[in-house]
Amino acid sequence: MSLSSQKGNMNSIEVKNLTKKFGSFTAVDGISFNVKEGEIFGFLGANGAGKSTAIRILCGIIEPTSGDAIVGGYSVMNEPDKVKLNIGYMSQKFSLYNDLTVEENINFFGGVYGLIKNKLEDRKKWVLKVAYLEGKEKLLTKDLPGGIKQRLALAIAVIHEPKIVFLDEPTGGVDPISRRNFWELINELSHKGITVFVTTHYLDEAEYCNSITLINAGKIIASGTSKELKTKYLTNTMLEVECDRVVEALDIFSKQDWVEETSIFGNYIHISVEDENSARSLAEKTLKENNIKIIRMDKIVPTLEDVFIYLLEKDTKKNVK
Amino acid sequence: MLNRIKAIALKEIRQLKRDTRMLFVLFVFPLLLLVIFGYAINFDVHHIKMVVLDQDKSFDSRNFINSLTSSSYFDLVGYINDENKIKEILDKKEAQCVIVFPKDMSRQLYANQNVKIQILIDGVDGNTATVIQNYFNYAVQSYSQKFISNVLAVKGIKSYVPIDLEPVFWFNPDLSSTFFLIPGLIAMILIITAVVSISLSIVREKERGTIEQINVSPLTSFEMLIGKTIPYIIISLLITVVILTAGYILFQIPIKGNYFLLLITTLLFIFASLNLGIFVSSVSQTQQVAFQIATIISMLPSTILSGFIFPIESMPVPIQWLTNITPSKFFLIILRDILLKGVGIEAFWQQVLYLVLFSAILLGLSTLINKRSKVG
Ligand SMILES: Nc1ncnc2c1ncn2[C@@H]1O[C@H](COP(=O)(O)OP(=O)(O)OP(=O)(O)O)[C@@H](O)[C@H]1O
Ligand SMILES: [Mg+2]
Repeated sequence: MSLSSQKGNMNSIEVKNLTKKFGSFTAVDGISFNVKEGEIFGFLGANGAGKSTAIRILCGIIEPTSGDAIVGGYSVMNEPDKVKLNIGYMSQKFSLYNDLTVEENINFFGGVYGLIKNKLEDRKKWVLKVAYLEGKEKLLTKDLPGGIKQRLALAIAVIHEPKIVFLDEPTGGVDPISRRNFWELINELSHKGITVFVTTHYLDEAEYCNSITLINAGKIIASGTSKELKTKYLTNTMLEVECDRVVEALDIFSKQDWVEETSIFGNYIHISVEDENSARSLAEKTLKENNIKIIRMDKIVPTLEDVFIYLLEKDTKKNVK
Repeated sequence: MLNRIKAIALKEIRQLKRDTRMLFVLFVFPLLLLVIFGYAINFDVHHIKMVVLDQDKSFDSRNFINSLTSSSYFDLVGYINDENKIKEILDKKEAQCVIVFPKDMSRQLYANQNVKIQILIDGVDGNTATVIQNYFNYAVQSYSQKFISNVLAVKGIKSYVPIDLEPVFWFNPDLSSTFFLIPGLIAMILIITAVVSISLSIVREKERGTIEQINVSPLTSFEMLIGKTIPYIIISLLITVVILTAGYILFQIPIKGNYFLLLITTLLFIFASLNLGIFVSSVSQTQQVAFQIATIISMLPSTILSGFIFPIESMPVPIQWLTNITPSKFFLIILRDILLKGVGIEAFWQQVLYLVLFSAILLGLSTLINKRSKVG
């Protein structure tokens, strides 16, 4: 390992120019980044951006076409078997056996990782506690509620106490309360010093991450903490407009040359503009011409969603050119 | 390594125990096949439907007919009086053969003249036609012989038969084809159940995505394949016991040879078949595809090419070479040797060697394909 060994500064994952091609299609396109030990690293991107492909390379399941990554001190290109021993992984598809009981799943994965006797019993107790399944070991996994299944899957993914765990959209299809509980569990793991590499679709979840990297079409388009992203990339002012006939208004705004970006948030419209004051008067004037009444117009701190929409649109326009 | 193999074997057994539908199919399907094939495939021709055109209506013509119908081979279904009806009867399949006794047959016989009896056979099924012809030849010969000795006896000469052929069929005394077919049937049933069951079990993990979790664990593909194989070896052995028991009860198939040899060679064959199944799973992505490939790759060669139904010696040479692709060909010989002949390893060590080779090649190939698939 090349970096200083001061705790919290050591990299547990170093990705260098990683590329994966499927035939002529490039799913991951020369990405490089580092993940610090013990942090929660959020890997974000739209459907098909290449998140799962990147994770599967980092876990040693598939080989990269070129480039390399050091995961827990081992190269995924040259020593994938050693990488596997030091990581936990929860795949995007539900990864436990539905036709086995809770305990049988724990025994199986424990056995695969070579846990026996006392060690296995210890870890079993821990898994059951974490998944709120104490005393319910004999339940069939397919009969568990979604949120519990997910907790069980995560606990089993770290049954062998790895230093790094990869979670590929772990909260897909889970209700909001279970999601929040799940993120508390992720936080606990991180406090124990486990590095958590997580992908998600939910942007509110990105706020829980210490560090965020956004990819689009296989390339990294932004990275930093949530605060950095909101300030570094969006120099424009963001106005939130509440008005009648939102859809029509959005359409009108998107045709104005003084409006850089538009997006809709429920009943509000967000527009990004360069100069706040001139934009305010222009907005009032334009909507009035179209007989749309403005109820409210405020300057807001952009949300991560604003930032991502802005960045994705910018990147997509660039790709088209 | 042993612990990991044990973990996966145990897991597989637990899943199988819950999959009652699969278990039902695995045990009932072989019995069904045994009964259907055992009773339906029978190459002995019995109860040949025969119509007679008797233009002589003598003691001898009736006597000859009696000699035919007294066996179970020929059934007399009727008489006709008109030569023109023969074609119609054969066309309408009212009979498989028509026997024509010429006018004056009796008179000619006693005038020491040669008599020609005509038999017209429905030739659509060539196999059966040949069998009918053979039976008929035999009947004519023995009747002629009897006739000659009678004539000689009348003249006071004692006759004897100079040379007689006494056909003794070793190993299958009453030449019942069922007897000869059952070993091939057992081989076929075992290979189908083994290939289908293990390939489905592996491909199911691909479909459900659980294979990802295994791929990321320290489990090697070799350990995974061995671990998956163990439960299915047990299942296949149980199926073998069921079939052999049913074969004994229904068809009186004995086990003349050594039980231990039977166990070892059956294990080898099952192992070879399971490896074929693993190979199928490594080239299929869905259970549907796996099922189709598995049934075709296991059933076709083990019925057509194994020598189970069609004798290999009578195939064209290139096809004879091709027969080596199915381990059934070799296990069938071993089974006939052990069950029917009761001979020892000295008779079939080459077949055993082949099964070992077959398993090794396929296991190597599947491990390789599994590894390669990680490259994407
Ligand atoms: N084995 C494969 N063969 C060919 N193409 C693939 C393969 N795996 C993924 N892809 C393609 O690579 C691209 C990236 O897929 P990937 O699964 O990494 O996306 P993702 O960001 O995880 O998306 P999602 O949010 O839908 O999970 C997609 O266009 C996908 O179709
Ligand atoms: Mg994905």
